[in-house]
Amino acid sequence: MILDVSQAQGDDVLILNRAGLRESFRLLKHDKELDYDFLSDITAVDYWGKKEPRFEVVYQILSRRRRRRLRLRVPVPENDPAVESVTPLWRGANFLEREVWDLFGIRFIGHPDLRRILLYDEFVGYPLRKDYPVNLVQPRVPERTVEGTFVDERSHNKLLSLKKSLGAS
Amino acid sequence: MKTENQGLPLDIMELQMGPSHPATHGTIKFNLKLEGEKVLDCDVEVGFLHRGFDKSCEQATWTQVIPYTDRLNYASSLINNIGYALTVEKLIGVQTPPRCQYIRVIVSELARIYDHLTCCGMAASELGAITAGFYMIEARELIIRIVEALTGARLTVTYVRIGGVKHDLIEGFAERVAQTFKTIRKLLEDCDRLLSRNRIFLDRMSNVGIISQETALSYCLTGPILRASGVSYDVRTAFPYLVYDQFEFEVPVGSRGDNYDRFVCRIREIEQSMKIVEQALERLPVGPVWIDDPRFVLPEKEKVYGSIEGLMHHFKIIMEGIKVPPGETYAAVEGGNGELGFYIVSDGGGRPYRIRVRPPCFIAMGAFHEMIKGHMVADIVPTFGMVNMIGGECDR
Repeated sequence: MILDVSQAQGDDVLILNRAGLRESFRLLKHDKELDYDFLSDITAVDYWGKKEPRFEVVYQILSRRRRRRLRLRVPVPENDPAVESVTPLWRGANFLEREVWDLFGIRFIGHPDLRRILLYDEFVGYPLRKDYPVNLVQPRVPERTVEGTFVDERSHNKLLSLKKSLGAS
Repeated sequence: MKTENQGLPLDIMELQMGPSHPATHGTIKFNLKLEGEKVLDCDVEVGFLHRGFDKSCEQATWTQVIPYTDRLNYASSLINNIGYALTVEKLIGVQTPPRCQYIRVIVSELARIYDHLTCCGMAASELGAITAGFYMIEARELIIRIVEALTGARLTVTYVRIGGVKHDLIEGFAERVAQTFKTIRKLLEDCDRLLSRNRIFLDRMSNVGIISQETALSYCLTGPILRASGVSYDVRTAFPYLVYDQFEFEVPVGSRGDNYDRFVCRIREIEQSMKIVEQALERLPVGPVWIDDPRFVLPEKEKVYGSIEGLMHHFKIIMEGIKVPPGETYAAVEGGNGELGFYIVSDGGGRPYRIRVRPPCFIAMGAFHEMIKGHMVADIVPTFGMVNMIGGECDR
């Protein structure tokens, strides 16, 4: 499961295979000696045209007891951008994984509620991918009608009657 | 859907609170499911202030990112600057001189005091304790005046640079800080008298927004929210950066994890921060505030205007940006609201390849539904106030 181990600037870095990712995390979290019990961050990097596979999902975890940080990098190919979700282990991963899905378009298998979070539902594309141009303008979105919303029609009628009376005169 | 409540049939009402609501100082939307006044479910919608921080940073040079970091959390922009500069310095592999490190500790603690005063003052005034709120805002104004005298700006300071700080402390800084702290201590004493035995304040704050130790850890919470629930995790002591290991200070820890504990934690932390600043000013070493490395530091102005080498050197750093060796790294500092981490990737050029911020209040908003479930609609106001969500940082 471990593809590579390295140390850079005093940080421990593990490169993991995405197959069996949740099991790896379970081991890291629950093993008494490893004891990496705190998830710090989840993000992704797009190495478009620089590296194969294209994406890398990056996890920062730490052991509070041993005072040690660990960074896990998981390569994800472009044709099937998906990794296993770690929400069963840390519920805080919910928002973090939703953000990665929103900005990079990497799916998290087993995530309870994978919706866009920072952007709106009608947004086209994934803006933090390197092939998304900075100055791209998104199409305008028509106003959404939310079912069950209470709309005060009286003011409309007032306006309508005003228009009518003005038009008549 | 209907539920029975004391014989009266009640509909489950869906209410959209926000994005612009007078009681939520920040643009955020709560999609609530209510049974009368009781919150059954709360879906938090964030992102109204999303402006593409990460993408903008990829277009800028390493130095040009610093002003962007100011705009993350306006209440503690100095800490954001320092967090970013420390991460880049870690990737380069340099360490700033001791005087610079001390100055960075001093300004980041000032920013922390500012952040906590903002949070507590706003939360108090939202609950009707306007007097206490204004006392804290007065204390905050005193801090902001020091910051203004030092950096030239009140909020978007851009004081820290990669490899140093913009300039040394101003003349009479220590006396000014000592005087200000005297006033702040007096103001906080007044606030303590106004709030800590205030029936209304206690009733609104205690036993509301409770989050247990296990839940807080599971939701990756950090900062005062985690410490209020009894976990003593502070980046300053767990993973000491700068010269924090040389100071004596305590990490206040709560027990119940409710809003009142969070409030007390923050107030206690202000006291500890003032202690750190006093110790740092006492031991402030003499020396340069910049690293001695022409690859990252701009030449002096006399050289720029007086010699062609100096002019070229200046031009190269400004136009191409400093060169950061290829690689990736993560470093975290303790921000006002929790662990503020930066993950950066460099491809060796003058511009960052990727910059990611670990925003503490974005992650805290992920646990908000857990805090508010089962409470009343009115309890959203103090709970949200004590999370201290800052839109610029949450939505980036």
